[in-house]
Amino acid sequence: MDKLHLHYEVEGNDFIAAGEASGQVKRTLRQLGIDFEAIRRCAICMYEGEINMVVHADGGTADVVVEKDKITIILEDQGPGISDMELAMQEGYSTASQDVRELGFGAGMGLPNMKKYSDSLEIESEVGKGTKVTMVICIPG
Amino acid sequence: MTVAEVAKKLNLTCHVADNGKRQVEGGYVGDLLSWVIGRAGQGSAWVTIMSNPNVAAVAMLADTAMIILAEGVQPDETLLAKARQHKLALYTASEGAYELAWRLHELIG
Repeated sequence: MDKLHLHYEVEGNDFIAAGEASGQVKRTLRQLGIDFEAIRRCAICMYEGEINMVVHADGGTADVVVEKDKITIILEDQGPGISDMELAMQEGYSTASQDVRELGFGAGMGLPNMKKYSDSLEIESEVGKGTKVTMVICIPG
Repeated sequence: MTVAEVAKKLNLTCHVADNGKRQVEGGYVGDLLSWVIGRAGQGSAWVTIMSNPNVAAVAMLADTAMIILAEGVQPDETLLAKARQHKLALYTASEGAYELAWRLHELIG
C-alpha cells in the first residue's frame, strides 16, 4: 500500500462536529482493510486529540499518514500550550471548564488514553504558542 | 444475543435500529466520555444518562453495539440525527443503570 495522507481542520468549541474527523479516518481505515484493533486504537487516540483541540486550543489541524505497518497521527494547534506536562499526563487531571464537564468531557483521561492506546506518543508544547502531538499506532503484520 | 433481542428482553424503546445482526458481547455503564471510549469493549451495550451528540461519536469510535439511555433520558435531536447518520443502535429505558446492568448480565453474562 502506498502512503496515504489525510488532512483535517478541527474547529474550536464546536462540540457537535467533534469526532467527525476521527470518524472519517475510521471509515477510511476500514475501507483499507486494516486490522480492526489498530483502527480502534487509532480512533480513540485521534478522538481524544481532536477533543483536546476543540476544548483547549480553539481548534487546530489533524494529519493522518497511513503506511503498510503503521498509522501516524499529527495534531497541531496554536492554543495556550501545556504548562505542566507531568500533571497533564496524570489520570483525572483536567483544566476543562464546568460547561465542558457537563458534556461528559474533562475527566482527565484524554492524554492518558492517548498514551495507553498509541505505540508512541510525543508531545511538543510551548506555553502561549501551541502544542504538537505525534502518535504512532503500529499495524500488526 | 443480537441488539434487537436484547432490546426486546429489556423492554427498551427503539429510536434507531441497527441492521439486526450485531451481537451484544458485553456491557458498560458510564457517563464520562473519555472513560467510556477508553474502556467500553467493542460490541458492548453502553448504558449512560448522557444524551448529547458526543455520545454518538464515542459509540461509533469505540464500536459499541448499542447505546441505552437510562432513567428515562431522551436523546436530543442532534444525537438522534447522528445516530441515524452513523447507523448506531439507540434505545431508551425508564430503568436506572443499575437495574439495566443487572438484567443485561442475566441475559448475556
